[in-house]
Amino acid sequence: MSADVAVLGAGMHPWGKWGRSFVSYGRAAAREALADAGLDWRDVDAIVGADTVRGGYPGYVAGATFAQALGWQGARVTSVYAACASGAQAIGAARAQILAGLADVVLVVGADAAPKGFFAPAGGNRPDDPDWLRFRVLGATNPAYFALYARRRMALHGDTVEDFAQVKVKNAAAGALNPRARYRKRVSAEEVAASAVVADPLRLLDICATSDGGAALVLSSVEFARRHGRSDPVRIRAVSTVTPVYPKTVLDLPDIATDSAVAVSPVAHSFRASIARAAYEEAGIGPEDLSLAEVYDLSTALELEWYEDIGLCPMGEGAKLVREGATALGGRTPVNASGGLASFGEAVPAQAIAQVCELTWQLRGTAGDRQVAGARVGITANQGLFGHGSAVVAVR
Amino acid sequence: MTVTRRPVVAGWFTGDDEADFRLLGTRCTACSSVFFPRADDFCRNPGCQGDGELAEVPLSPRGRVWSCTDGRYRPPAPYVSDPDTPWEPYTLVAVELDAEAMVVLGQAAPGVTVADLPVGSEVEVVPGILNEDDEHVWTTWHWRPVPAEVTR
Ligand SMILES: [Zn+2]
Repeated sequence: MSADVAVLGAGMHPWGKWGRSFVSYGRAAAREALADAGLDWRDVDAIVGADTVRGGYPGYVAGATFAQALGWQGARVTSVYAACASGAQAIGAARAQILAGLADVVLVVGADAAPKGFFAPAGGNRPDDPDWLRFRVLGATNPAYFALYARRRMALHGDTVEDFAQVKVKNAAAGALNPRARYRKRVSAEEVAASAVVADPLRLLDICATSDGGAALVLSSVEFARRHGRSDPVRIRAVSTVTPVYPKTVLDLPDIATDSAVAVSPVAHSFRASIARAAYEEAGIGPEDLSLAEVYDLSTALELEWYEDIGLCPMGEGAKLVREGATALGGRTPVNASGGLASFGEAVPAQAIAQVCELTWQLRGTAGDRQVAGARVGITANQGLFGHGSAVVAVR
Repeated sequence: MTVTRRPVVAGWFTGDDEADFRLLGTRCTACSSVFFPRADDFCRNPGCQGDGELAEVPLSPRGRVWSCTDGRYRPPAPYVSDPDTPWEPYTLVAVELDAEAMVVLGQAAPGVTVADLPVGSEVEVVPGILNEDDEHVWTTWHWRPVPAEVTR
């Protein structure tokens, strides 16, 4: 029995600041994915919603909220929250239902309507919440953590702010070719250098914006796809949703300290690296098989770290890849052909689904001006607050 | 009204002057894992078989800079700052503690900048003030560079 599931449809609401409810973005993305799949919503057996914390109860029960918005039709429903990895967990839940024979067709939806500026913790006086504490006690914003990683790279590997800027230049060039991206303008290294410092050494153009957006996928069994006339669909071959292994020794959002390694020796690979390793192992492929990758470029410097964590190069050599153009469109392994978060901004529960939408279009060969020639295998990588891993391998 | 000094979080540090100020963690008596912020309910080591107690321990007063950055924009609440005054950037530093084999984040002492904190340089923990209101001076911990010893 094949462990693959088929991607029958992909849809997206363009990213931006649209001033509407997350529900309308998710509904629009879902309807586009259903149309792409050639299915009526009433043909869908189950819906999985990736939750957002910003819609009150509707956001916490996103699966049911999207089902209501599309019109109640009795589908099995699931809602999942895993911060930035919510979309991958939604895909994972959908895949598990299909492979278990509980559903033939599952709709996966994630959408967000993010506020402008720094993400902040939920309100109230909540000193038992690590996310609340890091803001109250330290004022430590998300970009502060990205900046700690960036400065560490500069000290350990000799990365420069010019290397970081090249990631923005590359991703903006790809995003300029993507009609669904929020920012569709090329950016120069000079423009990055001229933008304001947010958290030394990172500047405004090194850090992704917060955005509204939505993304959806229609997944089915390979058998259903065949019956539906799709003999060669894009297939999802692996979904990694791993947690860290104790002791987690890299400082990470939202923690203000790492685990202590006095009692237990740390494993050889970092948490971020373990996310992709689990996906490769499940898919039976390696980084050398990749045609492209979509990784979570919350900051330009973080994208370089992902090159190493998904195995495109040894540790510390990420900057070399971007300097050589290996990860640009036309390069050996294009990364963030979509334009990445640099061009989209962050719409938290939609993003991991949007990454798989991009793989789908690339593997179908319908990605237009940003098409990676002959794409056959792609990986997504992402990480969610509180120890959520996220990676998906798709093949054609 | 009397203004009282109060830790921003109870039980995370002790001592009020530089000589005896220490961060406080807990140590599992079964497996010796250390936790900061303190864990009082359970040990998080998945291989810990014991029903160990979590005993309070002071953390090392000195460590080395793992990395650092600063905050050039005002963070959102619950960070307390007066929106009517110009924003003063502060420095954040992540510090590696050898004996505990862990990294602890904190604000740097006022006036200490990223340029003062090269990765690998030595820092020490000192008492600091996070903010003040009508009733309280909210105290916290700060890291500051340890002056290089004069070589003979
Ligand atoms: Zn223990």
